[in-house]
Amino acid sequence: MTIDKNNLSKVKSQKSKVKLLTTLFRIIKYGFLGFWRNGWLSTATLSIIVLALLVFEGLMIFNVLTKTALEAIQNKIDISVYFKTNTPEDDILKIKKSLESLAEVKSVEYISRDKALEIFKERHKGEETIIQSLEELKDNPLLASLNIKAHDPKEYATIADYLEKANFKVWFEKVTYAQNAVAIERLSRIIDTAEKGGLALIIFLALIAVLVTFNTIRLAIYSTREEIGIMRLVGATNSFIRGPYVVEGIIYGLLAGILSVIIALPIIYFISPYVKIFIPEMNLWSYFTSNLFGILGYQLLFGVGLGVISSVIAVRKYLRV
Amino acid sequence: MLLLNKLITLFYEHRGRGAEFCSQSGCTTFALLGKIRMIIFQNVSKIYNGNGHQVVALEDVSFTINPKEFVSIVGKSGAGKSTIVKLLIGEERPTKGRIIFSSYDVNKLKKSELPQLRRHIGVIFQDFRLLPNKTAFENVAFALEVAGRLQSDIEELVPQALEMVGLKDKMFNFPRELSGGERQRVAIARAMINHPDLIVADEPTGNLDPINTLEIVKLLLKINELGTTVILATHNKEIVNYINRRVISLENGRIIRDEEKGKYILV
Repeated sequence: MTIDKNNLSKVKSQKSKVKLLTTLFRIIKYGFLGFWRNGWLSTATLSIIVLALLVFEGLMIFNVLTKTALEAIQNKIDISVYFKTNTPEDDILKIKKSLESLAEVKSVEYISRDKALEIFKERHKGEETIIQSLEELKDNPLLASLNIKAHDPKEYATIADYLEKANFKVWFEKVTYAQNAVAIERLSRIIDTAEKGGLALIIFLALIAVLVTFNTIRLAIYSTREEIGIMRLVGATNSFIRGPYVVEGIIYGLLAGILSVIIALPIIYFISPYVKIFIPEMNLWSYFTSNLFGILGYQLLFGVGLGVISSVIAVRKYLRV
Repeated sequence: MLLLNKLITLFYEHRGRGAEFCSQSGCTTFALLGKIRMIIFQNVSKIYNGNGHQVVALEDVSFTINPKEFVSIVGKSGAGKSTIVKLLIGEERPTKGRIIFSSYDVNKLKKSELPQLRRHIGVIFQDFRLLPNKTAFENVAFALEVAGRLQSDIEELVPQALEMVGLKDKMFNFPRELSGGERQRVAIARAMINHPDLIVADEPTGNLDPINTLEIVKLLLKINELGTTVILATHNKEIVNYINRRVISLENGRIIRDEEKGKYILV
């Protein structure tokens, strides 16, 4: 008897497994069928989602571009302290150490008089008159300097202040901050606004992309709301009705993700040289191709996530029959 | 006659299914009555709230329907025929009163339990309500699929059902490629494929010409002969008189007559 019972429950659980699998298979089948048979509607919906995903992609690239550009600008800002010719090297190194101990300072580079001369010669290579006039001078006319970089452009004022008050000020020939203060301040303000504005822009455009996608899917489902009612009346459970729409959402997301990357490739290839003119540090094409799978992954995640969530929310409204 | 024989074999092969009595939460001792009396409407009222003013669709309606009965519900448009159908399949809830179908206490069912109820009722509508993006075959198969039936069953039963309604060679056509009469026959095949205990037809011939109307009515009568309860809501006098069975007459939401072997009497 007990064996019989065991067998019976085994058969039962197998049956319910088969039932579950057939239901799953039917849901997936109807998802694909719905996508295929509503050809025009699916194409229209898909192209809108592709556009929305292109916006996402554009935002990702925009983010990388502004970051690189701002970093490049930040690297160009610095304060240089030039020392009088009679300053002993030991003292300069001591000052360097004390500057390095400041929290605001990112790096301090020491350029000796000899090195300064080397750099100068290198820079004016081929300009005969300058090299000649330099050789006429017996002494090296260039000054030793410390090149100071801060973590944050706003901190240059503090560093300049520190230098102004220091007791080793006697050795200073000149400090460039005094000359560049206005430019540095302005640059740091521009960097600040660019960062904040960029973030606001990203949030705004991302929100638009999400809403457009959601609305498009909602409209596509709205056009089949009567069918949802019919399915309810024939005795379909909510999950059986919802399932194919979720599958369609996944199909939209996957196709749109792949298409958006494929469409972006030639565009990126075309604009990459122009970007390089503005931001020499940025090779957009090589960045895009080397991060291709990461970008594709994000696009698929966005696409599928948006597709599924939009479908679920949109169908829910018509399931109340 | 060939058609009828096929019907009989098809139906008796699959009798006894769908008898999961009293596993639902709506099952009460009162509902047990539903086994003997298939449908019970007890003092049912339905009032629609349209902006500001109330519309009484049904007022204190009571009747019972026994298994295997063929009942015509007649009345003018707006008399409450469709409301009775909607209440029966749980599309609307009554404002007052109680509705029992088989073992289900209909207005006590949760939203999630409605699909179970609806698999025991086949519904036919005036506007056919076929799924436009599915073929005739898929439309009929859908009713089996929602009940979780196996693919092998579907491949066997659906062609049989479509043959029965005379649409075997249009099995893979979409509804838009079928005539009104053909669409309604697909809907009938869908309604009966699950071997429901009850078939409800709400103005099934409203959009059809007289010849198609007669065919549909004959189909319904055959289904009834095979032991399925049929409720036909209509305002077509000729077909009611042709059927010559029980007639419930409605007027302004009230039952004014309920006669065995009734006629459609114009008021």
